[in-house]
Amino acid sequence: MKPVFTRPRSLTDKPFHFCPGCHHGVIHRLVGEAIDHFGVREKTIGAACVGCSVFLYDYFDIDVVESPHGRAQAVATGIKRSNPEKFVLLYQGDGDFAAIGTSESIHAANRGENLTTIFVNNAIYGMTGGQMAPTTTLGQRTTTSPYGRDFAQDGYPIKMTEMLAQLEGVGFAARVSVDTPAHHNQTRKAIFKAFETQIEKRGMGFVEVLSSCPTNWGMSPLAAVEHIQKEMIPYFPLGVFKERTGTDFL
Amino acid sequence: MKRTFERGNVAVAKAAVAAGCRYYYGYPITPQNEIPEYLSQVLPSLGGQFVQAESEVGSINMLLGTGATGKRCMTSSSSPGISLMQEGLSYLAGSEVPCVVVNVQRSGPGLGGISASQGDYFQATRGGGHGDYRTIVLAPASVQEMYDLTVLAFDLADQYRSPVLVLADAMLAQMKEQLEEWTPEVKDFGKEAWALTGAAGRPARKIKSLYLGDGELAEHNWHLSRKYAEIQAREARAHLEVPQGCELAVVAFGSAARIAKSAVDRANAEGRRVGLVRPVTLWPFPSEHLVRLAEKDVPFLAVELNTGQMVEDVRLAVEGRSPVSFAGYPPGYLPSPDDVYEEICRRLSREKVGEAA
Ligand SMILES: Cc1ncc(C[n+]2csc(CCOP(=O)(O)OP(=O)(O)O)c2C)c(N)n1
Ligand code: SF4
Repeated sequence: MKPVFTRPRSLTDKPFHFCPGCHHGVIHRLVGEAIDHFGVREKTIGAACVGCSVFLYDYFDIDVVESPHGRAQAVATGIKRSNPEKFVLLYQGDGDFAAIGTSESIHAANRGENLTTIFVNNAIYGMTGGQMAPTTTLGQRTTTSPYGRDFAQDGYPIKMTEMLAQLEGVGFAARVSVDTPAHHNQTRKAIFKAFETQIEKRGMGFVEVLSSCPTNWGMSPLAAVEHIQKEMIPYFPLGVFKERTGTDFL
Repeated sequence: MKRTFERGNVAVAKAAVAAGCRYYYGYPITPQNEIPEYLSQVLPSLGGQFVQAESEVGSINMLLGTGATGKRCMTSSSSPGISLMQEGLSYLAGSEVPCVVVNVQRSGPGLGGISASQGDYFQATRGGGHGDYRTIVLAPASVQEMYDLTVLAFDLADQYRSPVLVLADAMLAQMKEQLEEWTPEVKDFGKEAWALTGAAGRPARKIKSLYLGDGELAEHNWHLSRKYAEIQAREARAHLEVPQGCELAVVAFGSAARIAKSAVDRANAEGRRVGLVRPVTLWPFPSEHLVRLAEKDVPFLAVELNTGQMVEDVRLAVEGRSPVSFAGYPPGYLPSPDDVYEEICRRLSREKVGEAA
């Protein structure tokens, strides 16, 4: 019998440590499929971030350097500039990419580093126990926005994809979600595009994936999916915000 | 070998190129800007990369990326910028990634000023970032040594898989002296055993500093500690000019040692027997040399361009076996050889009458 669904070669056998209903596992799988599809496993160097996905190196059968919290884009820049023939993969949470690492993120994107960035937006700091993130939605309760995020107090949820799409150095920018099978397929496509962008040297390939954190949202996995649909997608619209096809840049 | 007349900063940049460094990441700050300016000019034509980072935080982490792939890389900055790099230095040390970091110190704390200072001695020799780690620190005292010690820094970094600091100052960086440019042999330090190159035909590798397993982190810290002990035993370096029957040994590094040398020479020309001990490695501190003098009851005078930092290492080295005194000149007052000479004379007359230090 011909197998129709197998584990990506680039994922190890190690069971994920993620909480039940967490989307990190699904997103890992999609990234694994992309590594396999493009046949880049043996030339990939990953820059792991700090956050619930810090153990990236246990799940992906690729070379990985762990970066300080927020600095993965700088680390990846260092890898890619000195090894332009390698494939460099980033996988960062919203605290990592959009709070402590905003400077590194914006400048790597603006320099047009040929990198593939998977940005997992779960609107909260998962690893440290559910504090407010720059992406926490208005009214959302977290351990440090116990009355709900209020714009006068905390500012607005930051829209990284829209911001990055404006930068000349970005070749591809999309926001996706894995809440439904249809969205799952779009996410797969977007991740593949972000890989292609690096391979074809069109600048930063960036995918923001809306992701659940049932544990810190204090919800069941299904309620968390509903939360993504009702609270996150209306504020963080899905879609491709930028796609450079050829050399349509200076 | 090529003989030139060069500025200290340019000597550092040329040495990096000679040592096979092709990747430089940095952010401008006075008084070290000639280093990135030179390298931005030459690295592209050598197939290398110069990246002006968005910050020192960015720069040091770019080194983490390049260093993890086994390639020689360098950054340079000055005091406030080096402060920003401390997080990265801790990660580089913890992840055992080699790189070279040049600190052309200026005066602090805070924004301070751009005059020559040795105020970053503690930060450089005590780790500076968080955690239980050390970094090798080299202290040049001439333009030639800006070159020679930068070359050495790359070898030591590779040999011990560790960041290595070159601690200079505005005076050494900006003055011009004769320089003999030589091309070192670039040695193989077995990087293929650990560098990240893509997991082709071998198990995947991780370079990290997170150790959560039972006892794993303790073991990692003991491993680092054993490495630091080995470095202490093998790499402590000092330059000594100690006459027979030495009455007083001046201890000074970098620019302070240059000034002290003139003072020591004058004292000796006048018939005194004054020695000069110039630490070349600040960590590991060359304690053995001081111990040998202390055992002969030689008193010490530490001279520094700060209010008293290295003098603590001198005291630690001699452990009360002989008196240690201190002459400090914080930025804003650059001592002349006469200042140090007078200090030496004061010390000598006190030693003569048996006054306690
Ligand atoms: C310099 C620094 N500050 C703070 C932390 C603590 N910390 C670890 S993970 C994290 C937030 C992670 O959130 P995110 O990036 O959104 O990833 P998630 O865990 O939600 O997947 C923080 C604040 C740290 N490790 N280093
Ligand atoms: S804490 Fe949240 S983000 Fe982290 S593994 Fe659990 S569900 Fe996922």
